[in-house]
Formats: sequence, C-alpha cells, structure tokens
Amino acid sequence: MMADSSEHRGKCEISLAVNGRAKTVRVYPMERLLDVLRHEIGLTGTKEGCGEGECGSCSILMNGELVNSCLIPAIQAAGSNLTTIEGLAEGPQLSALQAAFLECGGAQCGICTPGMILASYHLLNKKPKPTLDDIREGLAGNLCRCTGYMQIFDAVAEAARRRNPA
Amino acid sequence: MTAEHIIGKSVPRKEGRDKVTGAAQYIDDMTLPGMLYGATVRSQIPRGVIKKISFDPQVDWSEFVIVTAKDIPGKNCIALIGDDQPCLADGKVNHPEEPILLLAHADPHLLRKAVNAISIEYEPLPAIFSIEESERCSQVIWGTDNTFKAFLIAKGDVDSVWATADYIVEGEYTTGAQEQLYIENNGVIAAFDAAQGVTVWGSLQCPYYVHKALMALCNLPEDKVRVVQMETGGAFGGKEDYPSIIAGHATLLAMKSGRPVKIIYDRLEDMTATTKRHPSRTRHRTAVSKDGKILGGEIEFTIDGGAYATLSSVVLSRGTIHAGGPYYWPNVRIRGKAVATNAPPHGAFRGFGAPQSLFAMERHMDRIAQAVALSPVEIRRRNFLKPGETTTTEQIIREEIDLGKLLDRALELSDYSAKKTRFAQANETSPIKKGMGIATFLHGAGFTGSGERYLASVVGVEGCADGTVRVLVSSTEFGQGTNTVLCQIAAEALDLPYEDVQIAQPDTNRVPNSGPTVASRTAMVVGNLVRSAAVGIKQTLIADGMLRSSYSPEEFRAACQRHIAEHGQLRSLARYDPPAGVFWDDQKYRGEAYAAFAWAVYIAEVAVDLSTYSAKVEDFVALQEVGRVLHPILAKGQIAGGVAQGIGFALYEKIVWQNGRMQNGQMTNYIMPTSADLPQIRVFFEEMGNIHGAYGAKGIGELPMDGPAPAIVNAVEDALGTRFDSIPLLPEDIFETLSEAVSADREP
Repeated sequence: MMADSSEHRGKCEISLAVNGRAKTVRVYPMERLLDVLRHEIGLTGTKEGCGEGECGSCSILMNGELVNSCLIPAIQAAGSNLTTIEGLAEGPQLSALQAAFLECGGAQCGICTPGMILASYHLLNKKPKPTLDDIREGLAGNLCRCTGYMQIFDAVAEAARRRNPA
Repeated sequence: MTAEHIIGKSVPRKEGRDKVTGAAQYIDDMTLPGMLYGATVRSQIPRGVIKKISFDPQVDWSEFVIVTAKDIPGKNCIALIGDDQPCLADGKVNHPEEPILLLAHADPHLLRKAVNAISIEYEPLPAIFSIEESERCSQVIWGTDNTFKAFLIAKGDVDSVWATADYIVEGEYTTGAQEQLYIENNGVIAAFDAAQGVTVWGSLQCPYYVHKALMALCNLPEDKVRVVQMETGGAFGGKEDYPSIIAGHATLLAMKSGRPVKIIYDRLEDMTATTKRHPSRTRHRTAVSKDGKILGGEIEFTIDGGAYATLSSVVLSRGTIHAGGPYYWPNVRIRGKAVATNAPPHGAFRGFGAPQSLFAMERHMDRIAQAVALSPVEIRRRNFLKPGETTTTEQIIREEIDLGKLLDRALELSDYSAKKTRFAQANETSPIKKGMGIATFLHGAGFTGSGERYLASVVGVEGCADGTVRVLVSSTEFGQGTNTVLCQIAAEALDLPYEDVQIAQPDTNRVPNSGPTVASRTAMVVGNLVRSAAVGIKQTLIADGMLRSSYSPEEFRAACQRHIAEHGQLRSLARYDPPAGVFWDDQKYRGEAYAAFAWAVYIAEVAVDLSTYSAKVEDFVALQEVGRVLHPILAKGQIAGGVAQGIGFALYEKIVWQNGRMQNGQMTNYIMPTSADLPQIRVFFEEMGNIHGAYGAKGIGELPMDGPAPAIVNAVEDALGTRFDSIPLLPEDIFETLSEAVSADREP
C-alpha cells in the first residue's frame, strides 16, 4: 500500500543501501519495504503477487538473506543492505543467472522472474554447486504458474556451471 | 544467423532481456500524473434486491469519486458474445462479489477504508449453487430454464447399438472449478479526455475484446477508444474476458473524475471475484463389443457457467466436441449443456472445456478396459481414430496421425510395462502404493467450426525507416512466446536475421485486429497470416524494382529504407481466407470442427502414501504431435507449464465454496504446485507432418492441460484398486473414498 503523500505526520527518515547505493527516504515505519522500493525509490523490478509472503515474487536480499519484501516493515530495513533485480546486471552485461534464465526458458510471463532470480542467486551464494534437489528446495518459496519449473531448474544448473566451470 | 535456421531454432525471447533485468513494464509499474486509484464495492450475497446503500457519515465523501450504474453513458453491459452481464449491478445482484459501485481517490489507504464504510442492505432471494439445483429449476435465475446453451452432436444410430452390445459401461465423472492463478493480478489504468476519448492500458489477452466492450459501455465510436496491452504477467484464459470489466470500471471513474484512474486487484479480490474453470459433470453410457471395440454411446456433458452467460457457450462447444476423445465412434450422441448458478461467472481457462470432458473420457476408457478385461493400453489401441475415419462431428481425419505409434513410444519412454509389473508386486506389502496411468487425447487448434471465418483476422507487417521490419498484430504475449514465434515466422518468410524483425506493442490505434489470443490459434492461424503479410512487403519491393528476388539482409534493408523514403510507408496486410471446401454446420454441429488437431499420449507414475493419503506424481512423460516445433525451448516450456497446471487440477487445487463465494481466495489456502511438489516433467515431440499452419505448426498452448488429470487419476486407481471419479483428489478425498470402500466391503 502506498503512503499518503498529503500527510507526513508519522513518517520517519530511514537510510539504507540499495544495490550498493546509499538512499535516504521518508516513510511510514510500518510501510511495506516492497512499496518503499517501488514507489519511493522507483525500482519497480520487484513485483507483488500475493502480498502475504506466499508467492515470493517480491523476493529481495536483505543483508544477504532472502526475504519477502511485502512482509518487511520499512523501519526494519533501516541501515540494511538490499539487493534487487536491478542490482544484478553489470551495465549491459547480464549476470550468469539472468543470461541462463533467458537462454534456458526460465522466464515466460516474467512476473515471478525477478524474485525467482533473486532466490536462485541466494541459493548459488550458499551452494555454488547445487544438486537438483537443492534447487527444488531452494526455490520452493517462489511460485511460477507458467513454466512448471523445469526450465528454471535448467537455468539455475546452467548458471552454476558458468559461475564454477569444472 | 542466417534465415533458413530461424524456424525450429530456440532464439532468445524478444522481450526476455527486459524480463530478466526487471525492466519490463507491467501495468502496476506505470503511473500517470494526477492519477487516482479505483476500488470496487461488491455484493456480499449471492442473489437479492438492493434495498439501500448507506455511506458512513464519518467519511468526507466529497473527496471521493463515486460511480453507480446511473453514471454509465452507454449500455450497462459487458459486451462479449451476448450482453446479459451488467457492468455494475442496477437494483439486483446475481452472485457474490458482483460489482455494485465504484470509488476513486488519490490515496489508496483512504480508499480501502472507504470501501468498508459503505453498507448495502438487500432483500435476499433464494439462490442455487450446483448443476443439479440449476437443472431442477426450483429457482429460475436465467432465461426460462437456467440453460445458457445446449448442443447436440449425433452420429449414426445410437439407439440400435444397445441390443447387440456385449458390454454396456456406465460412469459419471466430475471436475471442480480451478483458478488460473496468474502471478500478476488483474489491473488497468484508464484515462479520458473529450477530444481523444478513452485510453486503457492493461494486463490483458484480447485488446479488441476490451475495445468492443468500452464502445458499448461508453457509447463511443471506434476511433475514440484505444486499448494498449502492457507486459502481462500470466493469463491462461483468465485475462480473456475479465479485463473488459475492470477496464470498464476504471473508464467510468476516469470519465467522471477527468483524471486517470488505476485499478489493481489484490490477490483476494482477484481470486474471489474473477473467472475460473467451469465445474463439470459428464455421464457416459457406452456399448462395447467383446473384443473391446466401441460400438456406440451416449455422453452427457454439463458445465456450471455461474451467473451470466459470458463465454460459457464456447467453452461448452469445445468441451462437447472433445468429449469423445481420440477414438472412433461409429454411433454417438453427445449432449452438452451450460447452466446458470449464483456464483461469479466461470470463464476461459487453458483447455476451455476440453480438460473437463477429456477427464471423463479417459477415466471411462479405463472403466471400459476393466469391463472387457483388457489392459488400459489395449483398449485404447483398439479404438484409436485413424486417418480416413471420422470424428464424432464426422470430420474426416486427413492428418497422417498414428496414435498406436505415439502410444508405443510413450510406453517405452515411461518404462510402463516393467514398472507396472514391479509396482503390482511391491504394492502387496508396501504402505506406499504405486501405479501407472495413461491418457491419450487430442486438442483442436484454432476457433471451432466457422469461428475463424467470422473472426476474419487481419495481420500487418511493415518496413521501418531503419530498414528493419515490424509485425503488427493484436495477438498478445503473456508468456507463451507470441512475440518470438511471430518474429521468427516473419524473419523466415523474408530471409532476414531474427534481430531484424520486431513486433509492435499491441495498441488498437496501431495494430489491426488479428483476433483474440486464445484457442491455441496464434502460431497456427495468426502465424500463417504473418507469413503472408511478410511475403507481401517483399513482393512490393521486388515489383517496384528495388529488390532482386534473391537478396542479402543488407540489400533488403537498403530497399526498405529507399521505399519508405520515396513512398512514406511500406506495409502489407493479410486477411484470413478460409480454406476452400471446409464444411461446418453450426445448427447440426457437424463437419470440420477444427483446421487441425494436436495429438498426445501422457503417462503418469503416481505414489500414494497410505499413512498420509497423499498422492504424488513421481514421473511424468508428455509425448505429443503438434506439427512442426517452431521453437523447441518455448514449446517444451508450454508443455511443462501446462502439465504442472494439470497436476494442480488433479491433486492440489480445490476451491472451497460457500453460498457461491470462494472461501479460500489466498495463495496460503488455495494450493498450486511448488517446485518441490512436481516430478520431472519429461517432454517429447513427434513430428508427423501436417498440412496446416505456418511452417507446419499446429496449436500447442492448451493441449498439455487436457491429459495430466486423467493420467494421474488412472494411476491412482491402478495403485489402490479403488475407483476415483472426481477431481481435485486431495488426501482427504482419497481417505474418504478408501474408507467408504472398506465399509462397503464389510457389509453382508
């Protein structure tokens, strides 16, 4: 839910780092971090699917941990380091995961894709050489209605190979 | 990349880069200056008369834009096939969540509170909630007999077969409603100004459906309504008809306020208020000879359409035509009927009636096999349609399909025989019972019967000033790969690299009406038109002497640039031209129902744990013949995605209804399969050659929805030896059926 811009009472200032850049925003303490990202910071790559932490479309990394940004109050994110989908590519160069999702058919309609890629990124950071079961388990909090997940598994395995060539 | 390799090659998805970087613009990513947010006040009861609408005096209502049915400038309806569904209820309501009143405000927080500050008093009327109640007509809620539409297919002389039958096999099968559950909820933005008219941007499948609905609702001419499709986060039929409603609502608020209005549903509103797959009931009575040949039969296929007619007649049509499956029926009578209940209207969902009637057919084939004491494999093999034979509508099969060969390959890929033997042995002692199930089926591509003739779709291809080419269609991308496949086809037709072809954003001001993006028609029907239109611009350049008949991409670009410099534009349109000699009788429901069929054999391996009663699919083989595979990765993705939805339809996705309202409208209690729930979905194609479609492609999108549910339930029955005739089949349903079977055994 977006904040009421006409009413600044109750708002507070928080500072955080988003994709390595320092940001200071005035927000309601209990505003959803998802809305802060999308409306205050203007990063609309993070998507809302269910608004109750079930679908994982709004997944981001907060201090390296995978979180559903629809469940995080803004005040809890003060001082934290966030990574969103906009932070993965280096300029025009897609990250290994993004390229693999594109090539392997891991993205169809694309709405779950940012969250799915962040969850995959988190998985590969923890397990650089995941088994198929690791991938299934690691992505079980992110729903995709289009792909049946098979090509997402292919993409994550392919990205792992590229990041860690034999 | 050279042109001859484009068809059949997995080129990068056109809009894929934007999707993996988060740059793709969906409707909720868009904001307009001065934009308000809109919300819908909905009926809390299934049926009744609205007596009074009260506004809480604590709220300053002068800050809100309020729209009721009285504010509608045109006709209060959602123009689709008929126009029985009001845009806003006027005096009475016919289903829970029916829209009654609209609000808009700049602050979405205050808007939500305001919705709750409106109370509506009703005089309730008795309501009906099931096919059986609707058939009894204790309450007539639609027309004279609660029937939206009925079809009759009659072939041969069914009444003569019963006397000579060795076996008569009967069965009744039911399927539940299913939510499309696209991850992006419905949403639109509407803007209005007196000079330009209405513009709507939205998450939608069919821009020209919305265009037609807004013209009627707002009483505006064609050129004063503009509909633009934004990137769309999944649809599956769920954004075929519903966007006309939400677009109508946002437009009414925009017209009244003079400001742009955004309406984005939250998940609960999307799930409880918008369309779902029609619940169904199918009854079979089949005459079979002792050697397992179907002699004839009667099929009664009935679907619950909800409170208004919407798309039910066409869903019924497809379900009725598919009810006989891929088998030869010398004699058959199929009655299809869509009935009204006081639930929100059911609508389009991938498969469009066929998953329902094919579930029944494929369950019933196993029942016939048992009666005749043949295997599920053999009973199918003896009844498969062959080239030269006729379908239930007496369409002659002209495709060189060999279902027996397809079945053999699927049996081998799934290791069917060995597993079946092994499981039968292990099941005697193991608490985990395993089984194998087969479904063989077909899915007609394109609109039914004369549908494509009436649609008369138009496609454009134009040259751009930089020498590249752009495809102009209203066919939309929502994940299936429309953008990519249509660009591949144009590139192939023009001998150009894939990168030299783009596709325009669907915008009714810029693209012709290539028809709705439904019915597995885009690659086959629209693809063929793209090919013709592309050839058209090549011919223009050659006729003008600007291009030789064989050319390099550089020469084409130069010629295209020169033509545009001299003539202002280079554009070619292609209109659908029905093939000669195609016969279809809309009255008798006889003739060539579809230009082509896709064919498939699916095999499921299922394990049922008798400590939890949950069934899990452990392996899934999906083998199909869909003509030429234009893009292997996209095609595999379509099949795997459809199978996953089919597994959900069979084992996970249950809608809990109470008085016509969905009670579990959240992702926490309506369960779709996660990555941990699914087996490896193994997808295979068989290319047998086909006369239709662009470069031999047939429809693919809906086919994979048809087979999983019957294959899985057949496997559950194989594992447990108990009949299951209804889906979804959740652990509690398996428990209940097994308990009943046990108590029935104990009866003297």
